[in-house]
Amino acid sequence: MLLKRLALGILTLVAISLLITLGVEALSGDVCTAMMGQMASAEKVAACHLQLNLNVPMHERYLSWLWNFMQGDMGNALTNHRSVSSLIGNRIGNTFFLAGLAALIAVPLALTLGVIAALYRNSFFDRAISIVTLSGISVPDFFIAYILMAVFAVWLGILPAISNLDQSMDLWDRIYISALPVLTLTVAVSAHMMRMTRAAIVNLLASPYIEMAKLKGISPSRIIIKHALPNALSPIIQVVMLNLAWLVVGVVIVEVVFVYPGLGALMIDAVFLRDMPIVQATAMVFASVYVILNLLADILSMLSNPRLRHRN
Amino acid sequence: MGLLKLFWSLNWGARFGLLIVIFFSTCAIFAPWLAPYGQSQIVGDVWEPLFGKFVFGTDQIGRDMLSMLIYGARNMIALALLTTGCAFGLGALLGFLAATMRGWVDQVLSRFVDMIISIPTLIFALIVLSATGTAIPWLITVIAIIYAMPVFRIARAVAMDIEVMDYVEAARLRGEGLWWIMREEILPNAMTPLAAEFGLRFCFVFLLISGLSFLGLGLQPPLADWGAMVRGNADGIAWGYMHPLVPAACIALLTIGINLVVDTAVQKASGLRDDQ
Repeated sequence: MLLKRLALGILTLVAISLLITLGVEALSGDVCTAMMGQMASAEKVAACHLQLNLNVPMHERYLSWLWNFMQGDMGNALTNHRSVSSLIGNRIGNTFFLAGLAALIAVPLALTLGVIAALYRNSFFDRAISIVTLSGISVPDFFIAYILMAVFAVWLGILPAISNLDQSMDLWDRIYISALPVLTLTVAVSAHMMRMTRAAIVNLLASPYIEMAKLKGISPSRIIIKHALPNALSPIIQVVMLNLAWLVVGVVIVEVVFVYPGLGALMIDAVFLRDMPIVQATAMVFASVYVILNLLADILSMLSNPRLRHRN
Repeated sequence: MGLLKLFWSLNWGARFGLLIVIFFSTCAIFAPWLAPYGQSQIVGDVWEPLFGKFVFGTDQIGRDMLSMLIYGARNMIALALLTTGCAFGLGALLGFLAATMRGWVDQVLSRFVDMIISIPTLIFALIVLSATGTAIPWLITVIAIIYAMPVFRIARAVAMDIEVMDYVEAARLRGEGLWWIMREEILPNAMTPLAAEFGLRFCFVFLLISGLSFLGLGLQPPLADWGAMVRGNADGIAWGYMHPLVPAACIALLTIGINLVVDTAVQKASGLRDDQ
């Protein structure tokens, strides 16, 4: 089970790397003619091919790309010829800072509210939560972002509308300047997480052994602590990990809204300039984090569940 | 009369959702007659106030927001419907194929889908669109492929159950071909569960398209679209113009509406209630 899941994870990463190197190449046509225009002379195009190493066969290029990538060398940007690794290195910390801060607030908040909603289901509180979360998951992230911006930056004027973070800031300034993007992500991810937590716990409470415990006359608090909680671990791990994975990708749009200097904003800029080395590298980073978190979710929930742990 | 009765039998959430869906569909269908101006026609000054001379003001270059919203509804809903349709066509076809042929075909398709599904959707779309450019056919292809994957899983699971039925066995023994079995035996029986998925997937597609057009990779001008309207007007927020919130609210309202309808429809269809 575990090995199979691990193998699938690694295979996925290989498939993604194939897609973003060879797939992109096949889809985009000749980079050199695209860059220089149709009028470029044959010699110039040939020189460009040589420079970009386009004369060697596909599989060799892929392997060397992969080898360099794993060593941290991601090539140079097409537009300004800076090293992609250093571009990414400068920004990756910012993105993780943003996602980490949002997770720090969202995880305890969403788990608590989700569990409460499940325990008191069909109460007024539960209905309120379910309306809020349904709205939260249905609206685009940028809607939440602009509402928060309108309220906190324009109307109240207490938080900055643009998160122009720089390296020299201390921790407190960093938190202050990235407050709105963090808040946006928190709202968006909490909605998903609450809904999933509630569903998982409701599902759990509907299982026969809980019914049995109730019929035996065990007190509600004891049912929760002794019977429900140990079994809730696996679904809760799943929920948290899946949402963390979502969060890392969710930063893309939020970073664009608040002009936050992170990986997402870098990727979008590169997509517009069609600067493929940057697009490929950032996509690989995002996809890897996503795949790894999903993998962790499965592995941890397997480990926390004795039945899955011992199956063949 | 029958329809009205059905409407009143719904809970308030579903009623509200249905009204929203009907409202936006009407806008989409009758756009040219409803919109006071054209979708790219410049009619006034930059950012004329909301609820003034123009109901929703004018945008960052002086186009009428109301007309753009109405045409935007048409463009976005048409694009999302077409894309979701393609996703369902492709996903269902492959899913049925995997279920009826089993063996290596099933293995190869399923593993492939497992792999594609574990790439985040937005990142996948960004990679491909950065290579191909943002022409509408590419937009539809990419998003349809992304959302064909979950449809494949559902279609395969549903078809697996149908495929073991006696009547399929009978058709096989009669010597019917693969295509005939998929079309005449499996498809009619898989229709209901697939239809229930359609609404939900439509929402996801709609949100992804809005996200892409917000990033500038969706529909290109002169076609109006809500995501691009948000982005275009975004600078206004700093000056206190609330214009970008209007198209963003439209996206939110439509997806919430569809979700409310789908929630109720699924509950009614399966006879399941949350509190059981």
